[in-house]
Amino acid sequence: MNVESVNIILSIITASTPLLLAATGELIAEKSGVLNLGVEGMMLVGAVIGFAASVHSGSALVGVAAAVLAGVAMAMIFSVLSLTFLANQVATGLALTIFGTGLSALMGAGYVGTALQPLPKLDIPGLSGLPFVGPVLFHQDALVYASFLLLAGVAWFLYRSQPGLVLRAVGDSHDAAHAIGYPVALIRYGAAAFGGGMSGLAGAYMSLAYSPSWSENMTAGRGWIALALVVFATWRPLWLLIGAYLFGSIMYFSLYLQGQGVHLPSQLISSLPYIATIVVLVIISRDRTKIRLNAPACLGKPFHAAS
Amino acid sequence: MRLKLESRGNYSAFWTFASPLLAILLTVITAGVIFALMGHDPGTSLYTFLVAPLTGSSGLSELCVKAAPLVLIGVGLSLGFRANVWNIGAEGQFTLGAIFAGGFALHAGDAGGWWVFPGMLLLGALGGMIWAGIPALLRVWFNASEILTSLMLTYVAQLLLIYLVTGPWKDPEGYGFPQTAMFADAALSPILVAETRVHLGVLAALLVALLGWLILSKSMLGFQLRVVGLAPRAAAFAGFGQRRLIWLSLMLGGGLAGLAGMFEVAGPIGQLTPAISPGYGFTAIIVAFLGRLHPVGVVLAGLVLALSYLGGEAAQIDLGMPNAVTGIFQGVLLFYLLASDVLILYRPRISWAAKRPVARQAMGEGTAR
Repeated sequence: MNVESVNIILSIITASTPLLLAATGELIAEKSGVLNLGVEGMMLVGAVIGFAASVHSGSALVGVAAAVLAGVAMAMIFSVLSLTFLANQVATGLALTIFGTGLSALMGAGYVGTALQPLPKLDIPGLSGLPFVGPVLFHQDALVYASFLLLAGVAWFLYRSQPGLVLRAVGDSHDAAHAIGYPVALIRYGAAAFGGGMSGLAGAYMSLAYSPSWSENMTAGRGWIALALVVFATWRPLWLLIGAYLFGSIMYFSLYLQGQGVHLPSQLISSLPYIATIVVLVIISRDRTKIRLNAPACLGKPFHAAS
Repeated sequence: MRLKLESRGNYSAFWTFASPLLAILLTVITAGVIFALMGHDPGTSLYTFLVAPLTGSSGLSELCVKAAPLVLIGVGLSLGFRANVWNIGAEGQFTLGAIFAGGFALHAGDAGGWWVFPGMLLLGALGGMIWAGIPALLRVWFNASEILTSLMLTYVAQLLLIYLVTGPWKDPEGYGFPQTAMFADAALSPILVAETRVHLGVLAALLVALLGWLILSKSMLGFQLRVVGLAPRAAAFAGFGQRRLIWLSLMLGGGLAGLAGMFEVAGPIGQLTPAISPGYGFTAIIVAFLGRLHPVGVVLAGLVLALSYLGGEAAQIDLGMPNAVTGIFQGVLLFYLLASDVLILYRPRISWAAKRPVARQAMGEGTAR
């Protein structure tokens, strides 16, 4: 294992982390029955607020926290509209992305061209010095570790904990969950907020670690790819991890090919991740039974408690 | 005190029409607050954003020019949304229409005759239909969500456009700018009103809206679309082919978006550049909802959102605000619209009574576990 392969793996981790973070959040939201198509908008707002807060406070931690709060705030707009006012979730999510794209461009206008130190890498004493595994596993920034821990936490929460069971019940049959007394709307508010916070975190990763800067539309469709990832994983956490790293690899590969001066137009190579998303969606979705068995049965449906 | 929504049991016709007006009013108030927060005088800013663009000599004609693509796309989308077909990739279909029509115009060059423009019309619509046909095919054959596939194709379309205008179709005399040569006169959309930029596309948008209205209110297809939107289960029992409606919705939406792209490059722009659309395909989604998914409403809503583009440009020039103000205005408008629409089906009641105990607490902890 040489230096080059270590670098390739490091680049793939960097490309995969924002996808994993955003998709993990959306997984929880969708498991509760909330289909929030505003991931792209929440990521963008998280990215710009995280960047601005880091620049002004000089602290990456403040930046990350601000990005999470911004993501939660965006998700609350979504929740009020779709859960309290029972608006169509597809339309509300689209509105959130349109709004987030505009808002982030407006807030970020003054930060274009500002540079920032990338998020510090955390060393694990004694382990970071190991050859190959050291730099790959034990010399990453906090958000990379967080992406794994959060996914593991979410997997445990969903399938090993009582509240996780309730959340899945709400997503699969909101009428039944309501009938036995669970506060459906409140649980969905919580799940959507978690999704928003994770999208904000993914945005912060983009503007603080992936490329420590701000530029308009810098997420370039990653929010939408994260949404596709949840379908790809058929709502199962382990497959979310596999999918995120598969897409991270494709993104890295498309950058790598451009760097190699291949005789292909760079735009064609740049479109690879989007085309791959479509191909993967097709492969997964064609198995209708598998989708029906795994998708939360109430995904995207409004819930109005009659009593 | 808590807010309770009481089902009306039917659609409120009053709120169907009042909700967009309420949403516009609330958006204007919010915009004023945002301007004030940004340190501008709200009165002057709102005047600059909403009134000043219409007062100039070219105000109304520019409004029509901006509204034309929004109406063209919006009519197609509104028919599809009625059938719950979520084509959100109209921006990409618009781009493909522009590419197909623009490529034809460039290859015909100065040698082209009367046939160039009709050819562009056909190819523009075809380009949009091909790009919308992919999500339709993937949805019908493979059950893939048209939301995600049509959106992914928007990114691909934009990259394809950039490739063409920086590569094979780049103007050799363009001083290295990423753009094609200007189209020949035969490839330009005819100007309808002298001294303005009002071109054939504006008339086409009105005709398409009229046609859409006829389809919706007088044809069997329109009836099916309305039933699918209002009562999907009834539509399924009546045997209205879901597959056919998916194909029709996407073909109609894609074709009209492609036509809009064709008119945009043959009209106000006159060449292909990477920036042929300020997001018309996405804004048209708002237009469709604000217009109540009805072709006549779409025309009015198209004018309102066209004003948001003009206002954004004016605010940029006169007040030094970033152009992104337009996007915020549009997003907030859709938020308020979606919130106001709750009044169509529900009656808000504010109850002062304490919250009723929920069953789980009544049963005692542990019972539910």
